[in-house]
Amino acid sequence: MSRQANRGTESKKMSSELFTLTYGALVTQLCRDYENDEDVNKQLDKMGYNIGVRLIEDFLARSNVGRCHDFRETADVIAKVAFKMYLGITPSITNWSPAGDEFSLILENNPLVDFVELPDNHSSLIYSNLLCGVLRGALEMIRKLRYTANA
Amino acid sequence: MAIFSVFVVNKAGGLIYQLDSYAPRAEAEKTFSYPLDLLLKLHDERVLVAFGQRDGIRVGHAVLAINGVDVSGKYTADGKEVLEYLGNPANYPVSIRFGRPRLTSNEKLMLASMFHSLFAIGSQLSPEQGSSGIEMLETDTFKLHCFQTLTGIKFVVLADPRQAGIDSLLRKIYEIYSDFALKNPFYSLEMPIRCELFDQNLKLALEVAEKAGTFGPGS
Repeated sequence: MSRQANRGTESKKMSSELFTLTYGALVTQLCRDYENDEDVNKQLDKMGYNIGVRLIEDFLARSNVGRCHDFRETADVIAKVAFKMYLGITPSITNWSPAGDEFSLILENNPLVDFVELPDNHSSLIYSNLLCGVLRGALEMIRKLRYTANA
Repeated sequence: MAIFSVFVVNKAGGLIYQLDSYAPRAEAEKTFSYPLDLLLKLHDERVLVAFGQRDGIRVGHAVLAINGVDVSGKYTADGKEVLEYLGNPANYPVSIRFGRPRLTSNEKLMLASMFHSLFAIGSQLSPEQGSSGIEMLETDTFKLHCFQTLTGIKFVVLADPRQAGIDSLLRKIYEIYSDFALKNPFYSLEMPIRCELFDQNLKLALEVAEKAGTFGPGS
């Protein structure tokens, strides 16, 4: 994957294999440290959250998207702009709840899980839970109602 | 220097970064002999000129240095009390530098939180729903530009009124913040920014903006 072209003097390309291997090493080390799938999921979510709260500023600084007016617009921006920018993929948005407040993002070719097969003894491990944490952290930073925002 | 200062204010209204880049204007250094023909008074922890305006030394100017040694508050850098020192005829002739008093960091913190509140008031006063806060404040000697991100961080730039391109400078500062402050894992969010790379890149961005700005059309 490469960094944004408007970033500066060089656009650095990095091997996606290294990225996959790094994430894999991270998850397997967590599995060894915690031994319990639920704890590993929680840690991945926490780590993702810390990434998300910082990533959101980078996203807003580079993508110039304004405030979204409704949840559907938010879903579109997440899938078509954010995921494209950071992982180079465009997940599909499906499974809208009748109230319009829940939806699913289906990632067809997630670079985090290239070459990965979950063994049977880790059946309740959510391997890409980091991404869930990232989304949670990022959205929480812009959700906060400040007294300057409209009600 | 067309861009005077940059302030970064966090969500709670606290100042997390401040940079002054104006050249000192209106400073006067003179040698005096006893008795001093200016009247100096201690005010707000600073030694100010109360009477005796002449030769570039105006009323309200503070004592900035004595004999080349910087003065902070009412003491010199080597611990002498200014008024006492100047009251003693044995210390004369003495060379004193006067100039417009600089804001202390506590004052800057206070002003930043006040601006944060005014910013909010600005958006509440608006007759329209969903208005932004104060984006620009104009005076005869400077213009204050403010950009609030969707996450609540405010970037404030004080510049010359004729300086153009401040909007793109504010966005550039946002990018620099998201790069050098946020991507540094040792920087905690909402805390004062003490990252050298952030300083360096910010100064570079200010230089670029100054060169490009004053000749271009208004932003």
